[in-house]
Formats: sequence, C-alpha cells, structure tokens
Amino acid sequence: MKFRTLGAVAIAAVVAVLIRAIYFTPIEALQGAAQKILYVHAPSAWVAFLAFGLVAVASALYLWLRDPRLDYFAESSAEIGLVFTTAVLLTGPLWGKPIWGTYWTWDARLTLTLFLWFVYVGYVILRGAVDDRDMRARYSAVIGILGAALIPFIHLSVYLFRTLHPMPVLMKPSSPSMPPEMTITLVSAFLAFTVLYVWLLRERYQLALDRAAASVVEYDR
Amino acid sequence: MSPDSVMRGGSTRDATAREGATRRHPTVLRAALTIARKDLRIEWRTRSAFLSAVAFSVLALTLFFFAWDPTAVASIDLAPGVLWVTFTFAGLLGLHRSFGGEQPTRAIDALLAAPVSREAVFLGKGLANLVFVLALQMVTLPATAILYNIPLGEVAAPLALVVALASIGLVTVGTLFSAMAVNTRLAELLLPLLALPFFVPIVISAGQATALLLAGRPVGDAAMFLRLLGTFDIVAAVVCTLMYPSLIEQ
Repeated sequence: MKFRTLGAVAIAAVVAVLIRAIYFTPIEALQGAAQKILYVHAPSAWVAFLAFGLVAVASALYLWLRDPRLDYFAESSAEIGLVFTTAVLLTGPLWGKPIWGTYWTWDARLTLTLFLWFVYVGYVILRGAVDDRDMRARYSAVIGILGAALIPFIHLSVYLFRTLHPMPVLMKPSSPSMPPEMTITLVSAFLAFTVLYVWLLRERYQLALDRAAASVVEYDR
Repeated sequence: MSPDSVMRGGSTRDATAREGATRRHPTVLRAALTIARKDLRIEWRTRSAFLSAVAFSVLALTLFFFAWDPTAVASIDLAPGVLWVTFTFAGLLGLHRSFGGEQPTRAIDALLAAPVSREAVFLGKGLANLVFVLALQMVTLPATAILYNIPLGEVAAPLALVVALASIGLVTVGTLFSAMAVNTRLAELLLPLLALPFFVPIVISAGQATALLLAGRPVGDAAMFLRLLGTFDIVAAVVCTLMYPSLIEQ
C-alpha cells in the first residue's frame, strides 16, 4: 500500500513537472523549444549518477558486512541507474542534433556517460552469468566499486578533447544564469525524478527480496 | 627437504633456525614470484597462447591497414591508435589464459589452499601476465614500425615508458576480471565486456602519448598522459590487490 502511495506521488510529480516545463516555462531565445528536453535530460543524468554512487556505497558495505540485502539494493539501484543512463543517452542526441548540428560528438561528458553505460551493462550481464548467490554478490560488488573508481580516470582522459558541453548553469559558484521560471522548473524536475528513483528503487528492491524468498522455497522442495 | 626450501629453490639460509617450530611461510613477494614462474613455465612449454597472441596482433595490424585510405590518412597518424587497440585485444587473449588455464583441472583450488596469501596469488598471476604482455609488445612494436613504416626506434626510450605504464594498468585490471570471468557461465565472452570500459583511460592516454612522441614533440608534452597512466596504475594495483581476496573467500 505504501508503495502505491509513493508511486502515485512520483508519477504525479513527474507529470506535473513535464506539464510545467511544456506549457508554463518560457521558451529559450536561442535554442527554441528544443531546449525543453533539458528538463528530462539533466534530472535523468542526476538520477543515474546518484544511482551508481549508491551502487558503489552499497557494494563497499556489502563486502564489509556481508548482508545480502545490501546486494539486492545494489542490484536494484544499478538497474534503475542503467535505465536513466539510457534516457540520458537517448535525450542527449535528440537535443544535440538541432542545437549542435550532430547527434553525437566525442565530448568529455558524452563519452563518460557512454562508458559508464557499458560498465553497468557489464554489471547486469555479470549478475546473470553467475549462479551462486554469494559469488554473484561478491563479484558484482567488486564491479560496483571499480566502476565508481573508474569515473575520474575516464573523465580526465577524455577531458583533453575539446568539449562542446555547456558548463554548469545551475550549481556553478556564481548565481544561476537562468530566468527564475526555468530554474524553478529544473529544480522541481530534479526533485520529481529523485522521488521517481526512490519509488522505482523500492519496487525493484522488493522484487529482489521476493525473488530471494522464492529461490529459498525452491531449494526446500 | 621442506616445502619452504623448495619454494626458495633449495636455499636453507632462513629455514635452519625455525626447523621443527612453526614453519615460516614465504613472504608475499617471494610467493608471488614463485607463482609467476610457475605460470610462465607452463606457458613456455607450449607457447601456444603467446604465439596465437603474436599471430593475432600481426594479423590485426595488417587488417587495420586496409580500414583506411592510405592516400588520405598518413600511416603515422594511424599507427598509434591501431597499435594500442591491437595491444588491448591481444592482451585479453593472454589474460583469459591466466585463470582459464587453471580451470579444467581446478588447479586454482590447490593454489588457494597453499600457505600463501591471496594477495600473493593475485600478484603472481599479474606478474606472469605482465611478462606475457611485455613480450607481446616486443613483437608488436617492431611489427608496427615495419608495416606502417614509422620511426618507432627514434622514440624508443620514452615509448618504452608508455608501454610499461600501459601494460601495468592493463594487466592489473585484466587479471582481476580474468579471475572473475572464468567462474561465470559466459567465461571468455564476459572478459572483454567487463574489461574494455576499464581500458579506455589506458588506450586514450597511451595512444595520445604515442602520437605526440611520433609527431616529434618533446616528452614533456606527453607528461600529462604519462601521469594519468601512472596514477591509474597505482590506484588499480592497490584497489585490485585489495579486491581479489573478496572474489574467492567463501
């Protein structure tokens, strides 16, 4: 029941933010309507990084405490992070084509996101390829930690390529260089997507618990 | 003769005082060297993995040449990228053998039951892989110089540094993933899938550094990439050595 409430709140919040973004937020002067994809693109990227960060934390805690629930948490967060990374990688080119004139460019952040996507695709495939539950948990915890450790290295190595990506406009040291209406929409989008993440995480975590319980029942028979 | 003295190749220097008391286990480094020697001896008997990796490298170098129009792209611009991509894939061939070779007879179980730390097993495997990869480069580099007609000899000293740094990083991460991949249902299919994203910083840095050196730029211009490779090596060595025991413990 609690899940339903949270789910309803999450979906309502995302829908409300999208409606606000489409109808009640001014159109950007230079980019036109295309800029509105920002309100999906940036929050998805935030959720993806949040999700992968929590995978690393849960993985490290798992190797320390060996509580299988931490493994289920990491598994759930990794899958959701992968979904949101996919959303980032799909919305990015849609925005890039009209504004940059190209779907894809080997810019630092695009490249980083793409390789992170590959790391967690590997994570999910690895989980599917190990039968023993403890071994699966340990192996994926190692990938979860190494994946986070890899981020600065990929970022540094691709940073030397000239970057097209806009510098941060919201969290930069000086005040945000966006009209207040846009800022409010973007901040609410971040909040709404975070609630969506929490809801999906709880649902997926419950599924992992149910699966674990079901496999115990199977062994008992 | 005690197992200790066998490990040390017959030396009885340290063993005398402790005979009969608690037996001293070999130090991590000594055990690692013994394990590396074992792996290299096995490889030396057949040389099958090494020869196939060499054949693969030269084959890949020739194939890559036809992927570009040689009249449009100068081979000196092409060579660094081709060299490092080939190196990465050929390295994967050897890395799979590292733990894959132990698999059919479950020889790894005996190795893990031996009175040496897991870190020593990892370091030993890594050292053997490092020798394998460096030996491979001794063939691939001259082959690249000849086939692509580029003066690699003129930048031999700084290039050796790039090769050493890149090889250490590749081998450290690759050895850890090889230990994982062999125990999965996908085995050798999973190794490149897991390892290649982690090789991205290596391929980019080593490729860029090589390109700068070949363009006649001073070593200082490539320093940033060399530092990045060095940092990657240190972090990878520490993290992977710490992680390896948690792969096997029950």
